[in-house]
Amino acid sequence: MSTTYYFAIVGTNDSPLYEAEFGAHQDESKYLNQFILHAALDLVDDAQFMTNACYLKTVDRYNDWNVSAYVTPSNTRLMLLHENKMEETIRSFFVDAHELYLKTMLNPFYEPNTPIQSQTFDSKINGLAKKYLL
Amino acid sequence: MAAKQYKAIGEEAWKNNVEKVNAELFIFTYGSLVVQLVKDFEDYGAVNKQLDKMGYNIGVRLIDDILARTGIDKCADFHTTAEVVAKVGFRVFLNIAPAIANWSADAKEFSLILEDNPLNDFCELPPKAVQEGLWYSNVLCGVIRGALEMMQMQTEVWFVHDVLRGDDVSEIRVKLVKILDEEVPVGDE
Repeated sequence: MSTTYYFAIVGTNDSPLYEAEFGAHQDESKYLNQFILHAALDLVDDAQFMTNACYLKTVDRYNDWNVSAYVTPSNTRLMLLHENKMEETIRSFFVDAHELYLKTMLNPFYEPNTPIQSQTFDSKINGLAKKYLL
Repeated sequence: MAAKQYKAIGEEAWKNNVEKVNAELFIFTYGSLVVQLVKDFEDYGAVNKQLDKMGYNIGVRLIDDILARTGIDKCADFHTTAEVVAKVGFRVFLNIAPAIANWSADAKEFSLILEDNPLNDFCELPPKAVQEGLWYSNVLCGVIRGALEMMQMQTEVWFVHDVLRGDDVSEIRVKLVKILDEEVPVGDE
């Protein structure tokens, strides 16, 4: 079974900081993915005040797609679009991705809330995806 | 024998004689300093130069401090100087001891190989900075230059390799230009 995932980091002003697709690529769905995630942001805003945890589990559904979200304490949102349900794996993926994001934040050359262009970050996120999702 | 002795002096001073400051505080302070310089000068060459100047001003002051703490005698030759810089200087202020390598034939040039540079922690250079030749830790060159100049040695110090630019190790090259005469007063920059 070939599944695809779409992962994005959304900054505090709702602008995307980073995006990546894992698994079988479907180019035509790229804009749709962004659209679904963007639509889910409002639901994230609602959900984040219902719990103390960073991991909000699945916040939205669109056809076959589930949207999972993870909100960092600084209100940056990590979002993942996926087809199958697997809460625990996605939680570990988010926790590790959060740590990578933190490392990026600690780099003095990185301006908060700007797109993440680091190659290292990109390859490490892809490594995480291989480890947990694919 | 001598080398071992300096190593011991350095470690002893590090353990007992130095006030320590939180490493992250230090690293982030240095990081934001460099980034601010990059923003202000918008030219990486100028930033390198500025860092070197700052280091120089630090070095001319630090040298007295370290001599007072450790009570090291005058170095007999440049080899000993290299030992002291690496084993005592770096150990006391940064808790690292770079290896000394690549002596030139006339014994006036050597390299300090830094396997681990605390200033580099958390830092990742943007590709543009790598291309245009920013030496992130260039302040170290200035420190060495300033300190040695106070000891009547005029030197040139520069980075040859840096881990942050994709090299395996960081390497600082130190070249003795000449021994200054004792009576020449050394001016602050």
